[in-house]
Parts: sequence; structure tokens; C-alpha cells
Amino acid sequence: MDQTTSRKSIFTRLSFDFYTLRLFIIALVIFTAFSLLLPGKFFTVRNMQSMAVQLPEFGILAFAIMITMLTGGIDLSIVGTANLSAIVAAMILTGLTGDEGAGMSLAITMPLAMLGALLVASICGLFNGFLVSKVGITPILATLGTGAIYTGLSFVITGGPAITTTQLAFIGNGSLLRVPIPVIVFIFVAIIFVIILNRSVFGFNVYMLGTNPTAALFSGINNDRVLLRTYWLAGLIAGIAGIIFLARTNSAKPDFGASFILLTVLIAILGGVSYTGGFGAVSGLVLAVLSIQFLSTGLNMLMLMWFPSSAAIFFRQFAWGGLLLGVMVLNYYTEKRRDRQPASIQSKDSS
Amino acid sequence: MANEFLNLTGISKSFAGVHALRNVDFSIERGRIHCLVGENGSGKSTIIKIIAGVYERDSGSIVINGKEFEKLSPIDAIREGIQVIYQDFSLFPNLTVAENIALNQALRDGRRFVNWRHVHSIAADALAQIEVDIPLNATVGEMSVANKQLIAIAKALRQQAQLIIMDEPTSALTGREIKVLFSVIRKLQERQSIAFLFVSHKLDEVLEISETTIVIRNGKTVSAGERGEYDGARLIYDMTGHTITEKVYDFEPDLSQPPLIKVENLNAGAALIDINLALRAGEIVGVTGLLGSGRTELALALYGMLPIESGRIYINNKPAVIRSNRDAIAHGIGYVPEDRLSEGLFLEQSIARNVVVRTIDGLRNALGLTIPQKISEQVNQWVNALRIKTPDPALPVKTLSGGNQQRVVLAKWLASNPGIMILNGPTVGVDIGSKDELHDLMKKLAGEGMGLLVISDDIPELLQTCNRVLLMRHGRIVEEIKPKDTNEGELSSKLIKD
Repeated sequence: MDQTTSRKSIFTRLSFDFYTLRLFIIALVIFTAFSLLLPGKFFTVRNMQSMAVQLPEFGILAFAIMITMLTGGIDLSIVGTANLSAIVAAMILTGLTGDEGAGMSLAITMPLAMLGALLVASICGLFNGFLVSKVGITPILATLGTGAIYTGLSFVITGGPAITTTQLAFIGNGSLLRVPIPVIVFIFVAIIFVIILNRSVFGFNVYMLGTNPTAALFSGINNDRVLLRTYWLAGLIAGIAGIIFLARTNSAKPDFGASFILLTVLIAILGGVSYTGGFGAVSGLVLAVLSIQFLSTGLNMLMLMWFPSSAAIFFRQFAWGGLLLGVMVLNYYTEKRRDRQPASIQSKDSS
Repeated sequence: MANEFLNLTGISKSFAGVHALRNVDFSIERGRIHCLVGENGSGKSTIIKIIAGVYERDSGSIVINGKEFEKLSPIDAIREGIQVIYQDFSLFPNLTVAENIALNQALRDGRRFVNWRHVHSIAADALAQIEVDIPLNATVGEMSVANKQLIAIAKALRQQAQLIIMDEPTSALTGREIKVLFSVIRKLQERQSIAFLFVSHKLDEVLEISETTIVIRNGKTVSAGERGEYDGARLIYDMTGHTITEKVYDFEPDLSQPPLIKVENLNAGAALIDINLALRAGEIVGVTGLLGSGRTELALALYGMLPIESGRIYINNKPAVIRSNRDAIAHGIGYVPEDRLSEGLFLEQSIARNVVVRTIDGLRNALGLTIPQKISEQVNQWVNALRIKTPDPALPVKTLSGGNQQRVVLAKWLASNPGIMILNGPTVGVDIGSKDELHDLMKKLAGEGMGLLVISDDIPELLQTCNRVLLMRHGRIVEEIKPKDTNEGELSSKLIKD
């Protein structure tokens, strides 16, 4: 029997399967459809730029959902974490910089604000990780609770209204070599995730733990530590997303992006991340982010063209919910069909 | 034949071009016990699934109760009285015994509301038919495997079963439980003329219970015959195509060397009482006893997964503290768990990932990133060394047969080079050919200086592979037996004695 397998194949061949190809085609079809339906509107430089700067807001958050989902959990507190981090960053910026604040230069306060945001995000993530791993609360409930706490804290800190500051606008609206900075951050996060998931022991353990926590335990994997790190990482990613929120909207408020939870879960599922854990690749997630952005923008334009009223925004919610269920039903039937092929046959003795 | 219940003629089935079954013929008669014997991957489960209507055959004919079925659906099979009891029993663990037995019937009768008195009487009636006493209100999840199986039989009876197919029914039972099961089966056979089809590769049981034996190999019927036509050697020959000789492992350890592991006065609640043992390089020590005797608890305690209340453990004469399995691993102890599927393997992950899960830490470069080339080198090395039969290590472990899956679990541990291996039920659910190879492998490892502790209730296995066997009862080690001084009958009567 031939045991020589190419280097790359062992880990990536199965994950980069027809699912990724299918997603690529889906993204392409959506893109082409809207380009044809909205001539001169969708496929324009301006729209491409506009989509590119919108996408990182939820695209980065989707990675936080992904990593927790890979362990078989979920983090519903990411939007709460992101907003709390943004508020802390905004407070540091408004409190310390320039005439209004303590008169310090942005060169000093900006790193401080970012560090502060990431510190808060870390604490939020570690607290989630503590509840999930040490206390053993089901992730969906633990993070539903902490999400409410983080959002509540944001309200207490701000008293309700947004904290506005334009000091990070150069990041939100700026670009490097004509690529918007938020997109660069998104790409950066994606690359980091590729490395973590494919080449780090932590990422390896995430997949194994997500596949079978009992076997992981028996194999000597420190499950508690893997979970703690997973939620910590999710928190950090949410913190980065929070900074992008602030930079993009020039304000930090407790209730920004409430719809992002549904959206990011949808992206993860569409991107082929198994909600029971153990499977999912960055390539799928990125393609799902693109598809969702195309859909979002395209539907908006269509709705505005057909029903020039506020119904558009409701329709979008409806579309996300429907799409999420549709993808899951589709996955269910695909898997069912695949399971019909008995696996044991594939390894039938060749002797 | 007047008494014929089911007849398969020329059944073939292939999956994606691979022949799973080729022209299989056999018939099942009412009121008779049949055994379908074959190695894993020989096509046994495909046959069952075709009879149960789960798979559709490619060619051949199926006649049940004199009716020819062009296409057999699962519902047709159930209507004709075919009931399959799979290894997981398909029971609802969170429901009571009575609910499990009776609810299917209530559903079929189209009842919208549950009449609890009715449910209880149906269930009590079904259990009375097999003359076993199981509390009706107990939750099934808390039942022993043996009781779950009896419940599954009772449930099948309620559905007017005429043929009960049991897939590996004895693999998780102790000797006494097997006797109970067999007596239940004989009663049903005599009184209700129910036919049984046993799927098994435990040869002694096949020889004991089977009236008609059907042996398949590589998807073909090799032989079929009456009781008395077969003995152990013929079965093995028909199943594997070659003869396998029985051997013993006669080994005397070097007592001048410190033991690899020594345990003194170990206690853990009622599970383990005053355990003393020593394991030396080259030894294969068997630990046997009934379920609940403490054999698994002993394994878990040494592997750091069962808290120890008192006692001392020495590794190479040095006191060792084992509080978690990571402590045990650090001391060079490996553990092949009892339940391979849930505790030993990541079924949906690749063979490769399963093999390197213990060693991935050491396969990193200076930046801390894993090196794919080193991973595949290690994977290929172990796939070859343990002869894991797969076209590609990137395939999920669940594509492998039981014996090959167990090799993956072993590979995972051997890759990390442990000094001590604890094997809990190393060949449960493994076919005879693979079993023999696994035994040879264990002896080879011992020969290389490893110490092996084998927890098993498979008496031939203990006698063939161990140089000493420790017998446990109620949490204590009660006797040490040398296989060369005993025989199968003696050891099994000692095992069953309470």
C-alpha cells in the first residue's frame, strides 16, 4: 500500500474540500448576480471601496465566533466586549489627548488607548474562559450572561450616550497603498488565524478538543487551558474589532452592532465551521465574510431601488435569519447524504 | 423449506466501486440460533443493514416469510418482524425502563396520550417473557450494559419480532452476564420460535450458542454449516484464511532491577482497597475481574484519573505523585482506554492527527510552529510500523476497522515512547486476525523493555499474552495466577466466583 503522502495533504486536503470550492462559487454567483441586477451601481470602484471598509467590522468579529465554535462552544459576549473596549479606548483618548483632555500628544495616547482596549478585552475573554473551563458553565449561557454584564458596564460607564472622538478617524478612513486600514487589519487577523489554526499546537489542540473533549483529556491535553486561551483570544479579537468600531464611526457606544452576533454566527456556519466543534478553516470564513458583504450591500441597493422606505433594514434581518437556517438545512442534507456511504468500506483490506 | 423465515440469494453490494458483498447466500430458519462470523471489514454489518432495509442491494433476491421483496425498506423489515439490536442498543438513556420498552408500541398504536398503567403493564409483560427482573421505573442510562441489552430484547419482543439480529452482543458483558443472555435467548427460541442472528467474532461463544454458523470473508460466504461441524481451529481458518496458533508468554523478570512502577497500600474509597503491585520491564501483567471489581478503577488510579486517598506509588524506585493524567504521562505512563470510540479516538479527525496528538509539542520549529514534514514523517513511520491499513492517513479514523482503530490509539502512545502502558480491554471489538497481531505487538513491546498492564476479562487473551494475572474482586487483588499453572476453565470459574 502506498504510504507516501504529499506534505501538505495530511492536514489540509480534507478541510480544503469541495465545501470551500462551493463557497467560492457562491460568493462569485452573488457578486455576478448583483453586478447584473444593479448595473452601474454594484460593480463600481466606489462600491468596492465602500464594501471593503464595512466588512472588517463584523469580519474580524467572525474570527472570535469561529475560534470558540471550533472548541464546540460559542461566545455571545463579543459585541459587548468590543463596545466596552471601544468605550475604554475612547475615554482614554478624550481624557488624555489635546486641549479637552490632559494635553498629551496622540502619539502617546493612541497606543495607550489601544492597550487599554485590548487589556479590557483580555479581561472579558479570560473571565468567559474561566466560567467555561473552570466553573464549567455551558458557553452559550456563560457568554450570554457576561455579554449582558459587559454591555451593562458600558452603560454604567457612559451613562448611555456615545463618547465621540475623531482622533482615530485616520485609521477608520485611512488607507495604506490604497488599501483601507480596516481591511489590512482584517487580513492581518486572518493570517494570524491561519498560522494559529494550522501551525500552532494550541490550534491543533483546539480542533482535537472540539472533536472529542473526553479523548482530548485522556490524551493529556490540558482542556481547561485550551478553553481559557480560546476565550481569551476571542476577547482579544473582539477588542480589535472594538477599536475598528471606534475608528470607523468616530464614537463608542454601549449598543453598537447589536445585529453582529447573528451575522457572525451566520458567517461561521456559512463558512463551514462546525457548530459542534472540531472543523472549520479560515478560507471558508473569509469567503463567507465576502459573500455576506456582497449580499448585504446588494440587497440594500435593491431594496432602496424597489421600496424607498425603512423596510430595507428589516428585510435584511429577515434575510440573515433565513439564510442561517437555509445553510444549516443544506448542510444537514449534505452530511446525511455523505453518511450513507459507509465509511468502513473505504478502508477495506487491500490484502 | 417450510421453516424458512428469510432467504438471501446472490446478494451483492458495492460502495463506490468497492465490492462489499459478492454473491452472498444464506437462509434463516424460524426458532434457530444463527451466527454470522467474520473479521471486521468482511461485510457482516453490510449484510445486517441489507436485511434491516438500511442499504439497498445491488443484485440478488431477498425472500422474507415467503414474500419476495423487490425493494426492502426499514419499515418493511420491521413489519416482517426483523429487529436489529445494534451495539449501542438505540435506547433512550434518560427515559425509564418501562418507557423504553413500551413507547414504541404506544406510538405505533397511534396513541396521543400516555396511559402510564398501560405502559407499565406492557413493559412488565415483556420483561416477564424473558424472565428477568429489572425495575421498571429505573432510568436506562443508569443500567449496566447487560441490563440495557435485555431491555433492548424486551423492546424488540414488543414489536412482534420474529428475527432478532444482535450485533456483537457480548462484547461488553462479563462471563456471567453472557450466561444470562444466552439462557434468555434459548428460552425465546424454544417458546416463541424466534430466530436469532448473532454477529460475533468471539469464537468460544459462537461455538457454544450457534446452531447454524455462517462464515464470511471479504464479502463472500466461505462456509455455512450445522453445530458440530465447526471447532475453534476451523472457524479461525475460515475467517482468516490461515491458521493461528495459540501461544503463551512465559517470562521471568529480572528481579535485581527496580520495578518500573510499584504501588503500595493504595486505597480509593470502596473502589480500590489495599492494592499492592509491581510491574517490571518486560512484563505483561493481566488484571482481571468482573465489572465493578475495581479493574478499571485501578487503571484509572494509576493513570491519575481517579483520586487516590492513600498509598504510595514509586516509579523506578522514586516516589511519584500522580494527581492528574498529565502527571502520569510525565512519569512515562500511557493509557489505552476501555472505550476506544469515546475516550481513545478523535473519530472524525484524520488518522494523522490522532497519531501525533501526544507528540505534537515536540514537532515544532524554533518559532514554535509545527513542522508539517516532521508530522507526516512520524505519521508514516507509525502507520507502517503498526501496519495500519489505510489508503491515506489524511482519512478520518472512523473509516478504519476496529483493529486498525486500536492500532491508531497504540500508535498515539507509542510515538511518545512511554515506559509503562496500561491497556484496558486492548482487543475489545477487534477481529481475530488483528487480535493476534495486537498480542504479538504487545509481546514485542515488552521485549523492548516496556512494562504492560493489561486489563481484560477475555480469558484466552490473558492466558496467551500475560506472564502473570492479578485477579480482582470487590476492589482488592485477591490472587496472582501464572498462566502456565492454570487453564481456561479454572480461570473463568475463579473470575465468576463472587
